Amino acid sequence: MTHEFFTLRVNGTDHEVADSWLGESLLDVLRDRIGLMGSKGACTQGECGSCSVMVDEVLVCSCLVMGASAVDQEIITIEGVAPIGSPSDVQQAFVDAGAVQCGFCTPGLVMAVHDLLERTETPTETEIREELAGNVCRCTGYGRIIDAVERVSVQRRATSQKESS
Amino acid sequence: MTVCKIPFMTVAVPTTLDDAVRLLAEQPDAMLLAGGTDAMVEINDGHRRPDNLVIALNRVGDLRAWRHDTKRRTLTIGAGVTYTELMQEPIGRLAPALAEASRTVGSPQIRNAGTLGGNLGTCSPAGDGLPVLSALDAQVRIVSATGERTASVHDVMVGVKRTSLEPGELIAEIVLPVLDGWQGYAKVGVRNAMVIAIASACLVVDAESRHISIALGSVGPTVVRCPDAEQQLAAAVDWAASSVPPEALDEFAGLASSASRPITDHRSTADYRRHAVGVLGKRLARRAFTTEGGRT
Repeated sequence: MTHEFFTLRVNGTDHEVADSWLGESLLDVLRDRIGLMGSKGACTQGECGSCSVMVDEVLVCSCLVMGASAVDQEIITIEGVAPIGSPSDVQQAFVDAGAVQCGFCTPGLVMAVHDLLERTETPTETEIREELAGNVCRCTGYGRIIDAVERVSVQRRATSQKESS
Repeated sequence: MTVCKIPFMTVAVPTTLDDAVRLLAEQPDAMLLAGGTDAMVEINDGHRRPDNLVIALNRVGDLRAWRHDTKRRTLTIGAGVTYTELMQEPIGRLAPALAEASRTVGSPQIRNAGTLGGNLGTCSPAGDGLPVLSALDAQVRIVSATGERTASVHDVMVGVKRTSLEPGELIAEIVLPVLDGWQGYAKVGVRNAMVIAIASACLVVDAESRHISIALGSVGPTVVRCPDAEQQLAAAVDWAASSVPPEALDEFAGLASSASRPITDHRSTADYRRHAVGVLGKRLARRAFTTEGGRT
């Protein structure tokens, strides 16, 4: 049970984490030890959502996960959502809808939107607002972010209808 | 940012309750980590520094389970069940007030991580699950390496962020009655999402025994029950019609307000909190019963 280092599985790859301090958050481990800078840190208290990642298919704030407690779990960060150069449908919709301004909240929002659309294929605007309540954006006013989510939802529905017909 | 490097660290991630309590017995001052939504905030802020052993409970299967005993009419919820799980069927139907309280907690991210056992273990005056546990007179199963005991939730919550748990003990399960009757939770905060309660209330109606309970959060060191208000409302209700005269609701609100023991802090004033719990109590009662005789 005692380790000088621990191993985290991030985006399908095992990473050995040494020199972490007891209690260090998964966010800091991802950024400072593993070098994955996509997840952002702002509030470090779960208020802003910019550090959102998936741990065993559950959306969480990585700042509130103790890094070493996430051993033997599948961690997916924004870097694992899609290969560089070929954005996911959610990422592309953010670009198309102009849902990105300063971009700081975007990685967390993209994670949250992927999770939302996995659970609810056609969310209403109220559902989108409620489900994204944990992701704070200080630039956009949220209108274009909601537009982006709706675009993906419409697109995915059209694709699945085409496939089934 | 200065980062203190501690070359030797111990974070244990047990998967069984036996392993968890054995580790805790070996090192009773170990830090127990449930969902992390309270503990990690304190650690990130530097207010708390785990210095030897952290026992992460999120992978203990026994703590993640729940069961419905239809004969005894109880719902037993493992301490590691998350708010997200409490909102889903069938738990949401068996304990509607708990589901409603869970829905007011933080954001999806927080509800996915935060647990009922962690809420009770932290024992914050503003814990959203706690008025529900109090109003339902929950029983808490507490385990240690040497045995287990069951305690009333009222005896577990002893002060601001203080429980009656002894070193070496951890919260395993919370047992709630499955009741026939309306129940709900309401809170006041500065906005609708991601908010810590300025004042909160849970109202539970047991239609069978014609008993009403109301528990208030964020208006005392721990949850406050209001026996006077409970008796007054139960006596005023026309149980056959499930209705209540409007003037009884005002009296109920007043009794709930006067049972509260709020303080003024950075989140609100004592006066506002005292007023708000009365309003919340009245709102909940109006949802629980129909009112006769016009506007309330």
